[in-house]
Amino acid sequence: MDFSVNSWVLFVLVGIIIATVLGQSVYFLVRALRRARELGIAPSVVRKTISSSAVFTVAPAVSILVSVVALSKTLGVALPWLRLSVIGSMSYEVVASQNVIEAANLDSGAAITDPSIFLSVVWVMTLSIAAGLVLVPFMTKSIQSGMTRMSLRDKKWGEIFNNAMFLGMISAFLGFVFCDVSLIVEGNTACLIAPLVMFTSALIMVVCGLLATRCRVRWLTDYALPLSLVGGMAAAVPLTGWLG
Amino acid sequence: MKKNLTYMESVHRDGRRWGIVLGLMIIAFPAVLCAIFQAVPDWASMGKGLLATMPMYWAVGIVEIFTYVPMLGAGGTYLSFITGNISNLKLPCALDAMERAGVKATDEEGEVISTISIAVSSIVTTLILIIGVILIVPLAPVLESPVLEPAFAQILPALFGGLGVVFVSKNVKLAVAPILLMLVLFIAIPGLNAGTVGIMVPVGVLFTVAVGRIMYKKGWL
Repeated sequence: MDFSVNSWVLFVLVGIIIATVLGQSVYFLVRALRRARELGIAPSVVRKTISSSAVFTVAPAVSILVSVVALSKTLGVALPWLRLSVIGSMSYEVVASQNVIEAANLDSGAAITDPSIFLSVVWVMTLSIAAGLVLVPFMTKSIQSGMTRMSLRDKKWGEIFNNAMFLGMISAFLGFVFCDVSLIVEGNTACLIAPLVMFTSALIMVVCGLLATRCRVRWLTDYALPLSLVGGMAAAVPLTGWLG
Repeated sequence: MKKNLTYMESVHRDGRRWGIVLGLMIIAFPAVLCAIFQAVPDWASMGKGLLATMPMYWAVGIVEIFTYVPMLGAGGTYLSFITGNISNLKLPCALDAMERAGVKATDEEGEVISTISIAVSSIVTTLILIIGVILIVPLAPVLESPVLEPAFAQILPALFGGLGVVFVSKNVKLAVAPILLMLVLFIAIPGLNAGTVGIMVPVGVLFTVAVGRIMYKKGWL
């Protein structure tokens, strides 16, 4: 078959894999919903979990779509669609594809026409991030069992351990937000955009919390995170115009 | 005789089965393409690409398993490690859902809420990408417009600002040391940036767990 980065056969194969991934999500969702009923979790809690998770996902998912559009210029639409629907992330996929394209001395802005180079990109994208794919099915149970045993042995330490893990992750991302601030000494004000976006998002979260508790606007607690996310992203537009 | 499995045992059994099937499909994809297009990869560029990419991402991937599995729960793990975008979407989504529902990741209620949240998030993401791919021609100019570009570029600060308030305000004592450490490291070391933040997550987690253990033993928490 003649090669094209947008060949119909690529869309068919990618469609089959994505349909199976969708099937896995639906299967686990149905199982968890049944279990929630058995455990007596209030239907309102489950409904709110579903609606707020769906609302929260929209903005990051659109941002993933932007990544698909960006990568499609070189790799066609089907491959970025697959890679960003399964396992990958924008930063990884760009690095992986760029490493091959640079090794092949190709122009990174033009669509790949050589099937051998395209296949090299697909192999590198697939294999380089396969650690989770290969190991998770065999390691998850023992890690989870260890966590459960630890929590049973010392409940308080189990809670602190969990909070410490969340905070460790969050602190890494908070640190990252400030990674360029030292450039301010060179007069580069654009380095302040990310911290100001973060503060805007944090402020919206605080206001939502106050409105929910003091003014009894209860529904806000369910949508505070999506609101702070979208509010922070929206603030980035004028901030970039001002400081960028 | 058929053994009656608990919910958790069945989650692990089904998670393994789905993981193996999907893993094989994903890894077989490039091999199938080789057969269809009757071509082989360009070995030189593939070798160089693998050498430049694989060691770091495998090392990070292995550490991520130990870091994220306890936070995501079993069902959430099996879903997230297939659908990806863990730190920028699935994990914040699950953490927010568990926080609002007042459940812990280590309890079965937390496991169920985390799974529901991540499954919904995965389905919504997949559907948005399907719609986006179908409508890519009219959507591309809008998504790539210079007006919207700064908003998408700042998604991580916007996400972790709100999430940080929730978790830091509830664990102020425990949060001080890791936030200070990460601020110092990210500001002082020029090599730490968007591309390397994933490597710093396990560092932050290990440091905070160690600090938490010391503070717990001293009775400060």
